[in-house]
Amino acid sequence: MHKLWAAARKEAQLLRRDLGGLAILFVMPLVLVITITLIQDSSFKSISQLEIPILIVDLDKGPIAQQVLDGLNTSEAFVISEETSEEVAATLVRQGDYKMALVIPEALSEELEEKVTAQVATTLASFGLEEPTDSINDFQDSASKEIKLYFDPVTQQAFKSSVKNGIDKLIAQVESKMIYQAFDNELNEGETSQEQSFSETPFITYREITAGGTFAAGDHTLNSAQHNVPAWALFAIFFIIVPLSVNMVKEKNQGTFDRLQAAPVSYATLLGGKAMVYILVCLIQFLLMVLIGRFVFPSIGLPQLEIGDRWFVLFFVALCAGLAAIGLGLLLGTLAKTQEQAAPFGATFVVILAALGGVWVPVFVMPPFMQALSKLSPMNWGLNAFYEVFLRQAEWQQLLPDLGLLIGFFLLTTGIAILYHRKQQRI
Amino acid sequence: MIRAEGLSKRYAGADRFSVQLVDITVKPKEIFGLLGPNGAGKTTLISMLCTQLTPTSGWFEIAGERPSRSLRDLQQHIGMVPQEYSLYPSLTARENLLFFGSMNGVSGAVLRDRITSELESLGLTPFADKRIQTFSGGMKRRVNLIAGILHRPNVLFLDEPTVGVDVQSKQVILEKIRSLNAAGTTLVYTSHHLNEAEDLCSTIAIMDQGRMVCVGKPKQLIEKAKVANLEALFLLKTGKALRDYA
Repeated sequence: MHKLWAAARKEAQLLRRDLGGLAILFVMPLVLVITITLIQDSSFKSISQLEIPILIVDLDKGPIAQQVLDGLNTSEAFVISEETSEEVAATLVRQGDYKMALVIPEALSEELEEKVTAQVATTLASFGLEEPTDSINDFQDSASKEIKLYFDPVTQQAFKSSVKNGIDKLIAQVESKMIYQAFDNELNEGETSQEQSFSETPFITYREITAGGTFAAGDHTLNSAQHNVPAWALFAIFFIIVPLSVNMVKEKNQGTFDRLQAAPVSYATLLGGKAMVYILVCLIQFLLMVLIGRFVFPSIGLPQLEIGDRWFVLFFVALCAGLAAIGLGLLLGTLAKTQEQAAPFGATFVVILAALGGVWVPVFVMPPFMQALSKLSPMNWGLNAFYEVFLRQAEWQQLLPDLGLLIGFFLLTTGIAILYHRKQQRI
Repeated sequence: MIRAEGLSKRYAGADRFSVQLVDITVKPKEIFGLLGPNGAGKTTLISMLCTQLTPTSGWFEIAGERPSRSLRDLQQHIGMVPQEYSLYPSLTARENLLFFGSMNGVSGAVLRDRITSELESLGLTPFADKRIQTFSGGMKRRVNLIAGILHRPNVLFLDEPTVGVDVQSKQVILEKIRSLNAAGTTLVYTSHHLNEAEDLCSTIAIMDQGRMVCVGKPKQLIEKAKVANLEALFLLKTGKALRDYA
């Protein structure tokens, strides 16, 4: 046992003497999680929480255009500027000065009112409540009006769809309101009553409920902190394979490893010493990232990370993820012969595992083949376990499959490393 | 103390044996000099005897222990001073020695006392808590030697222990080697310094192209070959052709 402790002490001393390495291990993940969360924060907010610069070209100057403008203003999602020329607006959007421009066509209010009046009159005539006129049929054949939306070429499809849906909804509301108004006018023609025949209050409404919810009592909104802290903590934990494997390759190159091969100490003991220190590094990394989420995020305008009383479960998940990462690092360090092999391969492999694991793009939006492949990534198991705890308030038994995979991965990779080392001695 | 028979090693993918059918016997308390040109197979032979490499064929035992039967017991009997410094540059001399001593099964006060005593005997006490990366080549060689003897091995393998050091360090190291031998340690020593080997070794073996070409007492071998000295014997047995490129 004292050999294991001595091996661990040596690893700790080596780490302590490498200030640059320590900075990379502890500071870089914090910079990473803050940067990524700041960047991704807006994508976790609903469209109504954003302030998108939008240019309006009002060629209509009528009540419909006014209602659209009022609707956009009320939504508080847009910062509205007005422009008189469609060409200028298109140029400004193309240059990236505005994310989008909305062009309300000339005479929209007038023609929509005529169309609605004509349609209402047709409907009423079909019930025998009004005489049909030629103007009704004439108007029904007229061309529809077109509201144009210009988008900055860099805007993504998801943004476009979301904005288009919002404006569609607004236009539909204006149009419906006008139809109700027209019916109201026709049915109450000549009467002075202020009562409306049709209620404008929507009958069907919807309420968004997130199953399970987060730890924050009463706040069931998933946010960038709840998603990014576990995802990027996991990324940082797995990045440990780079310094760990480089450390092992250095020992081979320095000759210290050759000396140890002649000593009465097993390879498993040497790996155990490394694992003890590096698992501590992983847990400290995780703790720092959680503390950043709890105490630094709110001060820089990000949502606070909510953990509730599940610290122990979270740290157990971090421990299992750390073991999986260390197993991979030990295997890579055993296989690699040079630092040039270990460092670039390790870094690239972690990025691939992260991409596969769903750290950047959620697994459910991946193509079916990639979704199947993602199940092989230990980062996917870790991320699932973290999300179970962070977002779904899962119990231990729900975590066991993912934790079992992580621990199994550690045992498998370490076992392969030990067997490979034995085989190398025979070559 | 050491017996090997038919010891051979061919590395994977190599078209020839690095060590071929080597038989050696090293008696207790002997200083056994293993000589040969570069690429002769000396380091491969020592690596097998130190259990760093598994032989392709043949067998050996050290202090009655065979690696196939009791690897850890055998390793307790051996010490290794490699040709490279084989120390952690960012750790101090004392930290390096604490680690390597622990890995060889020594711990606690015994280890600390031995480290203090060996550092003293090799003139390193003032530098005990300095990092290895600040040491000269000679100082590193001294620490390298101490790291191999903290567990008091019965057999010590020294792979060119005085290469690249100044006269002072060379003398200190050679004196230490003699004192270890006087205390009962069997030494297997490789060197390209033939005068040093002639002076130090009770038995020498010359290897060439993976084979033992002669083994015996230095004086007897020189007399038998009717040459002036060990260097002449060495050239007689190994020729003058380039051997570095294996």
